Amino acid sequence: MTEKSTTPTAVAATVPEPRDAAESGTPLMSVRGLKKHFPIKGGFPIKRTVGAVKAVDGLDFDVFAGESLGLVGESGCGKSTTGRLLTRLHEPSAGTISYRGKDISKANRRQMAPIRSEIQMIFQDPYASLNPRQTVGKIISGPMEINDIDPPGGREARVRELLEIVGLNPEHYNRFPHEFSGGQRQRIGVARAVALQPKLIIADEPVSALDVSIQAQVVNLLQEVQREMGIAFVFIAHDLAVVRHFSQRVAVMYLGKIVEIADRDSLYTRPRHPYTHALLSAVPDADIDADKKERIRLEGDVPSPISPPSGCRFRTRCWKAQDKCATEEPPLVHIEGNRQGHLTACHFPEDPTVERDKEIVMDPALAALEEAHQAAAEGQETGKSQG
Amino acid sequence: MLRFLLRRTLGASLILLLISAFTFFMFFAIPQDPAMLACGKNCTPDALAIIHKNLGLDDPVPVQYWNFLIGIFQGRDFAVGHCSAPCFGVSFRTDEMVWDTIVDRFPTTLSLTIGGLVVFLFVGLGTGLLAAAKRGTWLDKGFSSASLVLSSMQIYFLGPVCLGLFVYSTGWLDKPKYVPFTDDAAAWFMGLLIPWVVMSVIFTANYTRMSRSTMIEQLQEEHVRAARAKGMPKRYVFFRYAWRGSLIPIVTILGMDISALLGGGMVTELTFGLSGIGRLAIDSVNFKDLPLTMGVMLVSAAFIIVCNIIVDALYAVIDPRVRLS
Amino acid sequence: MTTLTKTEGSPATTGSDSFLSVRDLFVHFTTEDGIVKAVDGLSFDLERGQTLGIVGESGSGKSVTNLSILGLHNKKSTSIDGEILLDGKELVNATESEMERLRGNKMAMIFQDSLTALSPYYTVGRQISEPFRKHTGASKKEARDRAIEMLTKVGIPHAKQRVDDYPHQFSGGMRQRAMIAMSLVCNPSLLIADEPTTALDVTVQAQILDLLKDLQQEFGSAIVMITHDLGVVANMADDILVMYAGRAVERGSVREVLKAPQHPYTWGLLGSMPRLSGDVDEPLLPIPGSPPSLLNPPTGCAFHPRCAFTDKVPGDACATERPVLPTGRAAACHLSAEQKQQVYIETIQPRLG
Repeated sequence: MTEKSTTPTAVAATVPEPRDAAESGTPLMSVRGLKKHFPIKGGFPIKRTVGAVKAVDGLDFDVFAGESLGLVGESGCGKSTTGRLLTRLHEPSAGTISYRGKDISKANRRQMAPIRSEIQMIFQDPYASLNPRQTVGKIISGPMEINDIDPPGGREARVRELLEIVGLNPEHYNRFPHEFSGGQRQRIGVARAVALQPKLIIADEPVSALDVSIQAQVVNLLQEVQREMGIAFVFIAHDLAVVRHFSQRVAVMYLGKIVEIADRDSLYTRPRHPYTHALLSAVPDADIDADKKERIRLEGDVPSPISPPSGCRFRTRCWKAQDKCATEEPPLVHIEGNRQGHLTACHFPEDPTVERDKEIVMDPALAALEEAHQAAAEGQETGKSQG
Repeated sequence: MLRFLLRRTLGASLILLLISAFTFFMFFAIPQDPAMLACGKNCTPDALAIIHKNLGLDDPVPVQYWNFLIGIFQGRDFAVGHCSAPCFGVSFRTDEMVWDTIVDRFPTTLSLTIGGLVVFLFVGLGTGLLAAAKRGTWLDKGFSSASLVLSSMQIYFLGPVCLGLFVYSTGWLDKPKYVPFTDDAAAWFMGLLIPWVVMSVIFTANYTRMSRSTMIEQLQEEHVRAARAKGMPKRYVFFRYAWRGSLIPIVTILGMDISALLGGGMVTELTFGLSGIGRLAIDSVNFKDLPLTMGVMLVSAAFIIVCNIIVDALYAVIDPRVRLS
Repeated sequence: MTTLTKTEGSPATTGSDSFLSVRDLFVHFTTEDGIVKAVDGLSFDLERGQTLGIVGESGSGKSVTNLSILGLHNKKSTSIDGEILLDGKELVNATESEMERLRGNKMAMIFQDSLTALSPYYTVGRQISEPFRKHTGASKKEARDRAIEMLTKVGIPHAKQRVDDYPHQFSGGMRQRAMIAMSLVCNPSLLIADEPTTALDVTVQAQILDLLKDLQQEFGSAIVMITHDLGVVANMADDILVMYAGRAVERGSVREVLKAPQHPYTWGLLGSMPRLSGDVDEPLLPIPGSPPSLLNPPTGCAFHPRCAFTDKVPGDACATERPVLPTGRAAACHLSAEQKQQVYIETIQPRLG
C-alpha cells in the first residue's frame, strides 16, 4: 500500500562524496586483533570455565568512510558476532576497535554515548527488532530522544521525512509494527538507523528473512541510503550474490578469521583462497548456461569453533592441504599478482580464476555415487558397442 | 548418572542443613519457654530447672543445635533413656523418641500422597490426552468445563461431602482408616480410596488442562508430521512421538507440585481424621515441641528433595538431550 | 473430512497417464478470520525420474500443495477438491489406511528443517528403520542393517556407530543427510522436498543438492522440489511451476521459464535476484508491494495490484477476469503472446544481464 519507489528527496545537505574506499587515507573504523571468546561453564563440583567458543579469533580490517564492506561466511564463522562487537553489543575479549582514530573497544557508557549516534545497527529479524508496544513514530524518534537531538522543525517532522525516505507513508506515524508487512518493518528499521545521520551502519543479515521480491526492495533502499547519505556500511550476509551487489569490498570469514579480503571484482573473479573458490562454486546460479563455472564440493560441515583445527582452519576440508597447513597458521597477506588491498591467508593459493577444468569432489558419498554412475554409463556403452 | 546423584546428594544435604538451622533458631525466637510444657500444671521453679537441665535448654542455642546435629548421626542419651541414631531427640510433650513417632506416622502420609499422585496422574493425563485427541468435540469441551469446576473444589469441602455420600448415606464404603499395606493390602486400599480421590481432585483438573494443551502443542510439531509422512499410524505417532514430548513440561510442573502434594496430604489427613505427619506437625508447633517440629520438618523436606531428584532423573529418561549433555 | 470432490467421472479414467497428476486442486481451510484459499485451482504433471520445481514466495501455497498430496493437511478445517493421481491411484478420496501404506513407501517427504523434523527422542537409526519395518515387514535386525546402508549411502561417516546417535548429536548437514536417508529407505518413486536446503549453509547446500540428484539417478524417483530459490531450481529441476497466491502462473521447462519467462511475476522474481555474474551497477528490479493475503486475494489476476503491465491489457481485464493457465508451456496472463515477448525482450532481458 505504501511502498513507493524510494527517491530520497529529503536527504541532509552535508553529504560527503562517496570516495573510492581503498585509496582514501585514514579509515573510519579500524579493527586490529579483534577477538571474542564466549566461555563455556562446566565441571564438578564447582562450575568453572572449561573452554571457550572462539567465535571471533583475531580480525584485522578497516572500514573507510562512505564505503560498504561486505562480510560473508557460513554459520559459525563469527560474522554476526563481529557486527555486535563493532557496535559494542558484545564486549571484545581482545584487540582494538578504533573509530576515527580513537579506541572504543574499552570505552565505557559515557565515552560511547557520542559515538553511539554515529554507529547504528540494522538487524536481521524485522519482527523481533521493533518494540511491538511502540508506535512507528516513537521507534524512529527513539534514537533522537536518547541522544537528546532536536532536529530543525521538530522530531515528528523529521520522522515523517524519514518515513518518506524509506518509502513508507508518513501518515502511518502512529501505527504499530504489527500493522506492517515484513518488508515494511525492515524499512522502519532502516529509518531508525539513519535517523541520526550516522557515519557507519552495521547491517546484520538485513534481508535474509524476507521474500525474494521484498529482499530486492530493501537492498535497493539500503543502496540508495548508502549512496545518497554517504554512510559507510558493514554488510553482514551469507548470500554471496547479495553481498556482491551491495559491497565495494568483501571479506570472507571462516571459523572466526578472515581468510580473504579484497575489492569486489578481485574477490569474485580472481579469488585465491580455496575456501573462497568453494563458496563461489557452491552458489546455485539461476543462469542455466553458466556451466563453465568450477564445481567444488567440500566434505562435511564447518568444524566447531570450540576447538578449531590447528594451523590453517580450513585445512580439514581443503583439497590442497599439506603438512605445513597443520603446523603453521597462514598470515593474511598480499600475494604477488593480486591487486592492491587484496589479502589472502593461504600457504598454497589457487590460481586467480573461477574456471577450472577438473571438478573437485571431496564428499565421499558424492564421489562414490558419481563413480558408480560413471561406471554404469561406461558399462552400457561398451555393452552397446559389443552388441 | 553417578556424578548426577553425587552432586544432587551433596546439594540436598546442604539444603537440609540450612532448613534445620533455620527452624531451630526460629524456634528460639519465639518468647516462650518450651520447658513449661513438659513441666505441667503444678510446676515449681525447681522442677523447671531440672527439666531445663534434662532437655539441655541451659546451653547456648548454637551448642544445643550442635548437639542436635551430632545426635542425628551418633545418637544421644536423655533422662528417659538412650536415643540411638538417627536421633532427632525426645518429644518435650510425650517423652517419646521423635524418630519412632515419625516412623510410626509416616507410612500413613506416604500412602496417602503416593496414592493420590497415582490417581491424579492417571486420571489427569488420561483425560487430557483424550481431550487433545478429540479436540473441539463435546468430549473435549466437557472435560474442560469439568476440570474448571473441579479445580475450584477444596479438600475440606469435598471430604465431608464424599464421606456423607459414600459412607453415611449409602454405606458403600467404610469410614476411611489406615491399615498398613503389609498387614492387609485390600483393607489398605479400601480404607484410603476416598481420601485419595478427594485429595487428587484439584490436581487432576490441573493436569487434565496441562496434558491437553501440551499435547495439542506437540501434535503440531514438525517431527510429529514427519512421522506421519513416513506412514506411521496415527495412534503410534500420537503416543510414541507426541506424548513423549508433552511429558517434559508436565514433569516440570510435577516437580513444583511435590510440596503442594505433601500439604494436600496433610489437609486430607486432618479432614478424614487419619493420624499421619500432618496431625503431628500441627500438634508439635502448637505445643512448642521443638524436637518433634525439627523431626517433622526435616523428614518432610527430605521427602520433597528425594522426589525432586526423581523428577530430575525422569527428565533424563524422557529426553536424551538431557541425558547426553 | 469435508471433501467437495466432483462426482462425475471415475478417477481411473480421468486425468493423464503421468506418474503424478494433479488436476484442478483446490485446498481451502477455514480459520477464525475466514476461508484461506491456499491452493486455488492447480494442475500439473510429473513423470518418473523427473524433477518439478515449484517456485513461489511465502504464502504462495506451494507447501500446502505437497501436504495435501501426502494427505497430511488438517482434515477438520480443510476442504480439498480436485484430483491427485499417483501412478493411476486417486489420493484425494483414499482412505487413511491406504494413505498410510503409500506414505513413506511409494511417496516420501524431505522437510526443510531437520532439527525439528527428526524427533529428539529416538535415535537416527530407529527413525530410519521404522518406516522400513512397517512397509516391508523386515525384522529389527534387517531394518537396522538397512538404516546403516542408507546412512552410508548418503555419506554419514562411521554409519555403524552413528546409527545409534540421536539427531542432536549430528551437525546440520549430517542431519539433513539422515533425513534424506529416512525418506529414501523404502525406495519411494515420488519424493517431495520442501525447501530441503534453505536452512543449510551454501557449501553444504551444494553437497546436498548434488546428493539428491545422484540418488535420484540411482533410485529413479520423481521429485517435487519446493523452493523460493531460482538458483536451486535451475540446478535441480527439469520443469518449473511458478506459483503466486495459490495459483500456478507459469509452467514450462527450466530453460523456457528461466530463459524466456512469460509472466510478469516471473520477470519480477528474476529481476529481484542479484546474480554472481550480473551487472553490479544496475539496481535490482524488485516487485512493488507485498504478496497478497490468501484470505482475501485480489480479484481477477491475483498479481494485478503489483503488476507494471496492466495498462497494456485492454479494458480492466486484469482486475476483473482471472487469466487461465493453458496446458503445456504457458503463463496465466492477459498479455498477448506478442506483447509478452516484446516486453521481455525490450525491457526485462537487458536488465537481467
